[in-house]
Amino acid sequence: MIATLDPFIGLAHMLEHPFLRFAFVAGTCIALAAGLVGYVVVLRGQVFSADALSHVAFTGALAALAFGLDLRAGLYGACVAFALLLAVLGRRAAADDTVIGSVFAWVLGLGALFLSIFTTSQSGTGTVGSDAGVNVLFGSILGLSSAQALVDSVVALGVVVVFVAIGRPLIFASLDESVASARGVPVRGLGYVFFVLLGVTAGVATQAVGALLLLGLVAAPAGASQRLTSRPFVALWLSAGIAVASIWIGLTVAYLAPKVPPSFGILTVATATYLGSIACTSGRWWRRPGARSRARHRADQAAAAEAVLSGR
Amino acid sequence: MTPLIAPVPADRMVATTGGLTWNLAQDVHQTLALHFMVNAYRAGTIVAVIAGAIGWFMVLRRQSFAGHTLAVVSFPGAAGAIWLGVSATAGYFAGSIVAAVIIAMVPRSSSGRARSEESAVIGTVQAFALACGVLFVSLYGGFLDSLTGLLFGTFLGISDGQVVTLALVAVGVLIGLGLIARPLFFATVDADVAEARGVPVRLLSVVFLVLLGCTAAEVSQITGALLVFALLVMPAAAAQQLTARPARSLILTVVFAVAVTWASLLVAFYSVYPVGFYVSTFGFAVYVAAAGGRALATWLGSRNGGRAVPLPSHGHGPAPAGMVGR
Repeated sequence: MIATLDPFIGLAHMLEHPFLRFAFVAGTCIALAAGLVGYVVVLRGQVFSADALSHVAFTGALAALAFGLDLRAGLYGACVAFALLLAVLGRRAAADDTVIGSVFAWVLGLGALFLSIFTTSQSGTGTVGSDAGVNVLFGSILGLSSAQALVDSVVALGVVVVFVAIGRPLIFASLDESVASARGVPVRGLGYVFFVLLGVTAGVATQAVGALLLLGLVAAPAGASQRLTSRPFVALWLSAGIAVASIWIGLTVAYLAPKVPPSFGILTVATATYLGSIACTSGRWWRRPGARSRARHRADQAAAAEAVLSGR
Repeated sequence: MTPLIAPVPADRMVATTGGLTWNLAQDVHQTLALHFMVNAYRAGTIVAVIAGAIGWFMVLRRQSFAGHTLAVVSFPGAAGAIWLGVSATAGYFAGSIVAAVIIAMVPRSSSGRARSEESAVIGTVQAFALACGVLFVSLYGGFLDSLTGLLFGTFLGISDGQVVTLALVAVGVLIGLGLIARPLFFATVDADVAEARGVPVRLLSVVFLVLLGCTAAEVSQITGALLVFALLVMPAAAAQQLTARPARSLILTVVFAVAVTWASLLVAFYSVYPVGFYVSTFGFAVYVAAAGGRALATWLGSRNGGRAVPLPSHGHGPAPAGMVGR
């Protein structure tokens, strides 16, 4: 708690701690990936699939632990496999579908079973078992070793590179699927690549903010940036910027106030940004959007799709 | 404050009682000899009845994402209440009801931008609520056993007072639901016609969300905040696979919910694994059996002279106008 007595001296020394350096480096890369992929998730109105993936991430990681495998193998394996399943289901995987809901509730129940198996098997060796479960649920960004931070950064940067490579046609296809496919954009193929990216992002974000909270890192920055600008590429990078800023500020807050879990700090910044953007942009959010604003939005979208296509 | 740490470790209980045998009557008798198990059955039954009734309407109204969010929000409510030293039961209800009012204020819409915005808002609310829960747990000072209990359910240590509270709230919810059931069903099946006939559709939707919030708070005290979905969605989804008649499928839903809860409590008593796992697994098994049975009936029907079984096409019931995705 000494750090809180004089925050500025504390801040100057903050990056001398290796674990904070690792957290900042890995966190920045993860936030970039989550912000970019999250923008397209929100654009397509598929936040629910990120929610579903967060359940799967938890169960996959704990299944790997329960069977004595490496946590990451289960995490990425489960996330990518279920992301592909969601891609196959496509538009049928809507938020209020009872089939999907039942399956994911059961997957989460399985996660509870694996958590219990793992905790019981570890009970002779101290608190490692319970800690691992809690870390998967709520993140352990301050606990990353240098090797883990390196792997996470490389994976997250890989997501960013692939996303940038397919970003233009992907956003076009998300804005207006029928026009995009008429213009020869491979809509289905892009959908598969996008869902794999989302799965990998969910896996890597689980290690930063935890399976239960990655939804916030994916949805909040994108929701905020979508309110602040209607130009797709500005919104895309703004979303990434907000996510990175959330990680930096959240980590700093967690460093200054040790009682605050870093995941809480990160999500508070992201949520506050979203709230701020809602407060700034309009008072009409509480009302049902009128026909005129809807029509204008359609026109905006069509113009944006044209702009994407013509390469501006 | 309600005791959150299990009074008797489950694995020790297995040693003293001898585990689950094939003699079901004897096993049930054995569990009923213990007062806390009687309380668990009482609480489970109460919770299952209202979860079935409210869940049936929730599935029909296609509001399961909202139900999931309300359930998740009960976790920070309970964790905050424990941190402040208030009863966890009060925290469950406070969290869920506040969230229900907030969600009711956000208009439901099917237009493109509003829909993508709505899902971003719900996702953010959910994640932030869970983050608050983590903060409260951290401020209270790390209690991992009860954290698992809050998230994945516990049936140990349910006090007499808690059973009375659950029962009173359940009676209130059922009376409320009974009062609005007919207009709510009307408004769910065809919102536009109901509105034209003077049914207060918007008010009904707010009242229903608050009832759903109360229910989510009750259910999460047994199944844990993350697995409420199992009791709310699965029995209703299974019943709606089997019959299209409203009254019959409503009753079937409640029966399924109670049966799943009793079976889960009985098995969980003899097992070291969390009760939430059994609730979600048994619920899912009932759902899969119902869907499979219906598929079989349809197949047999089509072989016997092509008579189609008169059931809704995908088990969702009629989709309310204006709530269908774009």
